[in-house]
Amino acid sequence: MVTVILLVRAQADVLPDDRADLFYSKYSGGGMDITGESVLVRKKVTEDFALEGSYFIDNVSGASIDVLSQASQIKDERKQKTLTAQFVHDKTTYSATYIDSVERDYKSNTTSFSLTQDMFGDLTTLNLGFARTRDAVGENNGTALVPVISWLGHADSRSYTLGLSQILTKNWITGATLEVITDDGYLANPYRSIRYLDPGSPKGYSLASQVYPDTRTSTSIEGRAKYYLPYRAAITGTYRYFTDTWGIVGNTYELDYTHPLGNIWIFEGRVRYYKQNHATFYSDLFPYADSQNFMARDQDLAASENTTIGAKVTYAFLPDGWKFFKRGTATLDVSRIAFHYLDFTDIKDFGVPDYQPGEEPLYHFNAMVYQLYLSVFF
Amino acid sequence: MIDLLLSGCGGIQPWVKPYERDRLADPIMAWDRDAISSAYLDHIRETREGARGATGGAGGGCGCN
Repeated sequence: MVTVILLVRAQADVLPDDRADLFYSKYSGGGMDITGESVLVRKKVTEDFALEGSYFIDNVSGASIDVLSQASQIKDERKQKTLTAQFVHDKTTYSATYIDSVERDYKSNTTSFSLTQDMFGDLTTLNLGFARTRDAVGENNGTALVPVISWLGHADSRSYTLGLSQILTKNWITGATLEVITDDGYLANPYRSIRYLDPGSPKGYSLASQVYPDTRTSTSIEGRAKYYLPYRAAITGTYRYFTDTWGIVGNTYELDYTHPLGNIWIFEGRVRYYKQNHATFYSDLFPYADSQNFMARDQDLAASENTTIGAKVTYAFLPDGWKFFKRGTATLDVSRIAFHYLDFTDIKDFGVPDYQPGEEPLYHFNAMVYQLYLSVFF
Repeated sequence: MIDLLLSGCGGIQPWVKPYERDRLADPIMAWDRDAISSAYLDHIRETREGARGATGGAGGGCGCN
């Protein structure tokens, strides 16, 4: 027994294998098409120090319904660069990350630090994290081809994370994460508008700018459990509770099933359900202009629910390695998300004379998400 | 009573031994096999849902459009 404990204590944490990934993604739904390409490289500089860098480009065409209700088609591009440094000492892993994301009308940079500590014979892992994000928010008052950007303000966000992972049995692992995020600054989406009853307008309503609070604090807690089934397969259950100072309460449930075939294929299926109520200052139709201090008609703040069904298949190649490669995998991941809004109506396709303001059908749409990526480990 | 509890806690040893962790070490038991994919899905959700956080994902951008 003493020998086993000494051996456990003598085993320091190790960094994961070096890897390189090529990633392609496509999102299509709700009037938007977004394609993304990404490359990621991770390399150990020494046995206890690694660097990881990634570059991601999103190309957006089209626009969501509440943008289309007031504006023209949009073409945009988002470029995101990420650099992570990771250092391991005994049972502790330290990480520092910098993320820089740039769009024509939105700039964001995040600096984050985290610490992971293995304890109790490596049965327990504690994670502490802090992140700070600074955003510059703009609005394109020109066209897609000739943009005229007005910078509207800044937002400052701080995130505090506490996580715990616990091995319960030789088949069962559980975990929980608590994250508190505080925001301060310009938090509204400039492309979305409120609408209010206006009998003098041909449509029966008019549009006006949203007015958001300058601060927001949210708390999320997620619990998860993963179990190794009697045959070689795994099942994962996840639940997340969310609440914030804007009055939103959200619940997320997810179930994943992973089934390998030999050492070549891994199949995964998942079902996810999410539901939220609306923010206190959200309304689909306000009774008149300036009827409240804070007013929003952003679909993200409406009462809504969505269901995701996803499947993923991973093919392992080079099982015996080749040259300096240890192994490689190719993965295809397809998800279908059905969004249903419970108090956000479709004013793009419906209106007078068939529907009076506020009586339009509720908005819903389906989105498809495709991911294809190639990973090599060396 | 406190002494009894403390001595009881001190007596607990890691109950899953290193040589019993072969199943936990199987890649199918990893919390997150593909971080780049998880971060992408988290970004999609965070720009379309009111909820955010506690998923381990990260990334900037507004998803305004």
